[in-house]
Amino acid sequence: MQKKDENNTRREFLKKLPVLAIGAAALSGCNSEELDEFFQQNFKTLSKAEKAEIIKNLEKKYSEKYGKEFKVSAKPATEGILFGYALDLSRCIGCRKCVYACVKENNQSRDPQIHWIQVLQMEKNRGIDLAHADIHYNPEQVPEEGHFYMPVQCQQCRNPQCTTVCPTKATWQDEDGIVVVDYNWCIGCRYCMAACPYGARHFNWGEPNVPIEEINPDTHYLGNRPRTNGVVEKCTFCIQRVREGKYPACVEICPTGSRKFGNLLDPNSEIRYILENKRVLVFKEELNTQPKFYYFFGV
Amino acid sequence: MTFSILQLFGCSNHKESELDENNYKTQKENKKNEGMYNSEKADENAIESPPFTEGIFPCSECHIDIEPNPARRELIDMHDDISAIFNHDSENRWCLDCHDINNRDYLKLASGKLIGFDESYKLCGQCHGDKLRDWKVGVHGQRTGEWNGKKQYLLCVHCHNPHSPKFKPVKPLPPPVRQEDIY
Repeated sequence: MQKKDENNTRREFLKKLPVLAIGAAALSGCNSEELDEFFQQNFKTLSKAEKAEIIKNLEKKYSEKYGKEFKVSAKPATEGILFGYALDLSRCIGCRKCVYACVKENNQSRDPQIHWIQVLQMEKNRGIDLAHADIHYNPEQVPEEGHFYMPVQCQQCRNPQCTTVCPTKATWQDEDGIVVVDYNWCIGCRYCMAACPYGARHFNWGEPNVPIEEINPDTHYLGNRPRTNGVVEKCTFCIQRVREGKYPACVEICPTGSRKFGNLLDPNSEIRYILENKRVLVFKEELNTQPKFYYFFGV
Repeated sequence: MTFSILQLFGCSNHKESELDENNYKTQKENKKNEGMYNSEKADENAIESPPFTEGIFPCSECHIDIEPNPARRELIDMHDDISAIFNHDSENRWCLDCHDINNRDYLKLASGKLIGFDESYKLCGQCHGDKLRDWKVGVHGQRTGEWNGKKQYLLCVHCHNPHSPKFKPVKPLPPPVRQEDIY
């Protein structure tokens, strides 16, 4: 203690002065909300009051930017719920309605383009064979003879590799099983994208661009709120919808009813019925990621 | 053909004439005690009434003056649009296997029991029992609403044209941009 005091000399002070000046100059360009955002702590460590303050500032910021009332929820997970998803490979026709319903619901950038769902077209005689899968198929009509379709999005792994590699702990698996990203903490290193074996994470290479008239103002902090340049985003099972009890947007849009969703801990749920009565598989099972996203055969 | 595609995508766009709606309601009231699907699962309800071609229901409006003809035949003057697309075990079946000969406003189960068009799933389930079973638990067909609460279901005929139930191919939405096309 004594020694530290000795360091606090006039000479030391003068040495530090330029650093302080540069820092002050850099920060003086910010308003108080930007300063708050800059010094914001990891979302998981924030108190209720701090979260409320952040939400209030974000709602104000987005409302001003997009000219309509924005709702940013921070609703936490509910105990006794573990979300699971099932997709019927025998029914999917590859129409891509889910892709665009997701883009709209979750405010994905239109240009540069980000799609959280990618539909793979595969050949029936090869089975699930990624080397021969095609996401750019564009025939006059689907389904095409001899092909089947496998939409891929975040598999919401129980053992997610994307979260373990994150150097800032900006992404984690919440209590209800949804793997979320705090865009304010993401530094854009893209380690998670390298770690994900499903290509389910997407990077904002440019400033995201969503037409004002198409923006969905009903958002969640960890989900579909507007993103910025340089952060990673991914499917959250429509966290803003499912934590309010609603189905994800892709489930509701699917014209063939191929997409099913529910609580894995509820023995009477649709999802549990599928797991118990249908032939089920998980994608890249050998990697031990233990997805909560299942593929099944309804017929 | 177009009809079924419309059904596929425009599930919520069906409009019914006033008359149909009233009639549909009376049918429903008549059947309150027959253990409808609604009462079996209180938290589910039909998203809308069954889809009819506009102005076609009630069938009895025309059929009341027509002498029923049980002979299996190709229809020519009326309902020829249905004859043209009919592809539902067409070798073995025709209109009166499902529609009641005496009261055209009702469907007829194999047992002879009459059911309203809002319970058509019972008719479908006579052959497609596995689908009916999955549909009842929410695994076959589209569900909207709450995953843990009130849901809306669609009847079989909202998505499948009963006279030609196989899904018709559709134009897919645009593919994602190719990386090489960006720069």
